[in-house]
Amino acid sequence: MAKYDYVPSPFMSNPIVKWVDHRLPIFEMVDQQLIKYPAPRNLNYWWNFGSLAGVMLVVMILSGIFLAMNYQPNTLAAFDSVERIMRDVNYGWLLRYMHMNGASMFFVVVYIHIARGMYYGSYKAPREILWWLGLLIFLAMMATAFMGYVLPWGQMSFWGATVITNLFSALPLVGKSIVTWLWGGFSVDNPTLNRFFALHYLLPFVIAGLVMLHLWALHVHGSNNPLGIDAKGPQDKIPFHPYYTVKDAFGLSVFLIVYAYFVFFNPYVLGDADNWIPANPMVTPPHIVPEWYFLPFYAILRAVPDKLGGVLLMFGAIAILFVLPWLDTSRVRSGRFRPAFRVFFWVFIVVTITLGWCGAQLPEGIPLILGQVCTVLYFAHFLVFLPLLGWFERPRPLPASIAEPVLTPAAK
Amino acid sequence: MAQPATSTLTTSPGGGRQHEDGTPRRDFLYLSAAAFGATGAVLTGWAFVHSMNPSADVLALSSTEVSLAALQPGQSITVTWRGKPVFVRYRTPEEIAKAKADDKADLRDPETDQARAKKEQFLVLLGVCTHLGCVPLGQKPTDPHGEFGGWFCPCHGSHYDTSGRIRKGPAPKNLEVPAYTYLNDTTIRIG
Ligand code: HEM
Ligand code: FES
Repeated sequence: MAKYDYVPSPFMSNPIVKWVDHRLPIFEMVDQQLIKYPAPRNLNYWWNFGSLAGVMLVVMILSGIFLAMNYQPNTLAAFDSVERIMRDVNYGWLLRYMHMNGASMFFVVVYIHIARGMYYGSYKAPREILWWLGLLIFLAMMATAFMGYVLPWGQMSFWGATVITNLFSALPLVGKSIVTWLWGGFSVDNPTLNRFFALHYLLPFVIAGLVMLHLWALHVHGSNNPLGIDAKGPQDKIPFHPYYTVKDAFGLSVFLIVYAYFVFFNPYVLGDADNWIPANPMVTPPHIVPEWYFLPFYAILRAVPDKLGGVLLMFGAIAILFVLPWLDTSRVRSGRFRPAFRVFFWVFIVVTITLGWCGAQLPEGIPLILGQVCTVLYFAHFLVFLPLLGWFERPRPLPASIAEPVLTPAAK
Repeated sequence: MAQPATSTLTTSPGGGRQHEDGTPRRDFLYLSAAAFGATGAVLTGWAFVHSMNPSADVLALSSTEVSLAALQPGQSITVTWRGKPVFVRYRTPEEIAKAKADDKADLRDPETDQARAKKEQFLVLLGVCTHLGCVPLGQKPTDPHGEFGGWFCPCHGSHYDTSGRIRKGPAPKNLEVPAYTYLNDTTIRIG
């Protein structure tokens, strides 16, 4: 059921399409939700990152399935099987470089996508559930990437798995049993590798399901837009195809250039050389760092000189995003009309990137102190700045409609 | 519908029978069916969950025997037990004295040195940092030993003293002393 004045595309009168649709209205859905679907006319390039994330999910699933045809989830064979993929399997190197760097690209895209939502207030009513579903996707992605990184069974795989699973040992009473349960033994070992492979294979499909729900929720009220105001009528919208299919395709082409640069010219720059050493449970590498996309959270973990406190704060850094729609008390969505918020938003971005830098350093001296300062600022953004800004900030006047500033140039 | 003379049941508006107080008799069927279903689901679920706990072959992992005969004072060896490193250190008299003197220090996880070493010269420890499970450094003379002369975990900076007790850093507990017994003066069995 379309909630807009839906005029079917010409192909909808094709007899085969009609025959199918009478039994399963799949063409109708595509036509209504992807082709004729009315989108705000003013979406900018920050709105490309959602479809880019979708493309990356497909790339990860495809490259992953073909890797899995040659990968062996056994501690005795895993490392060598990845070497074999790299050297002997036809185009195995390409599959692996696509997958390895694809994970990084996926996170870049999703981080930008989340930041877009934070700047333009896309989490505000009526899009809270849409926002939550996005966060669930983010959590599932982190779990997937973490378990994927264990599979090549290098030193960083092993010790990353050890440190991260041990986070749960911080829980009082049940902590130790939970860790033993996660491991299926008394240390990270073959049972752990096996189950991580099973879950690494499963979770991307769970993500695909969550993406469906995410899009479903999106299409109930439609996309937010750079002005953050609701569409007032048909003049505020344009059909998704060809306007946004073309814009998304253009963005994808540019994105693929960046991705291809990493895959073909610099495949290891985002990785850690220690993972070329096969896992050794007797020796911890001198400096354990997670993949770059986990570094801000790792810095928060290490900022607290208490085990349980560090773990709680690290999980809290993500949990707090779930209540963001209620911590932000401003009724104006878009940062474009919030002069003070805009400053705090960029401070927040700098704080998060600084945390990422701290997470990669040894936890002593300046990086440790800087990490602690930024941890405080990270939480202050949500718990102090955003709630207060809503009260003290005077937003700039909102335009009457999306079309108005476009159609009446003087009003710009 | 005719009522059986002996019954306390009446007919409910929906046609089903109900007790005099108005509760439909079907409620009993719904509740018991749901209870059976839920119990079955929980029990089956437990089988799934428990299948992820250590299996019998993992639990059956043997104990490890270690000969200490070749160790000289100030030397350490690392042996493997249940896939984890175990540190055995032949401590020097100074290290023992320091450990004993620190019994009265401000300890995060208070334990006397005597309680941690069956024979004071041989200290046996699980070489697993109680923070997040890295292997601390300090087994080799060239390793860093931390501010308290014992072990130092580089992962997040935990310092352990000459008794393996946590003194500084994020780790909450002392290095664990695994269960072990002396088979004779110079041989121990761990586990
Ligand atoms: C959400 C999507 C996914 C993400 C973020 C992800 C992430 C990762 C990461 C970070 C690695 C380690 C790469 C390395 O350092 O070598 C990895 C390895 C692997 N992944 Fe995935 N993955 C995803 C989907 C999949 C899927 C659907 C499969 C299908 C079975 C799969 C199969 C594998 C295999 C076999 C490896 C080991 C080979 C290797 O290390 O290159 N992945 N994954
Ligand atoms: S694991 Fe040893 S300090 Fe964190």
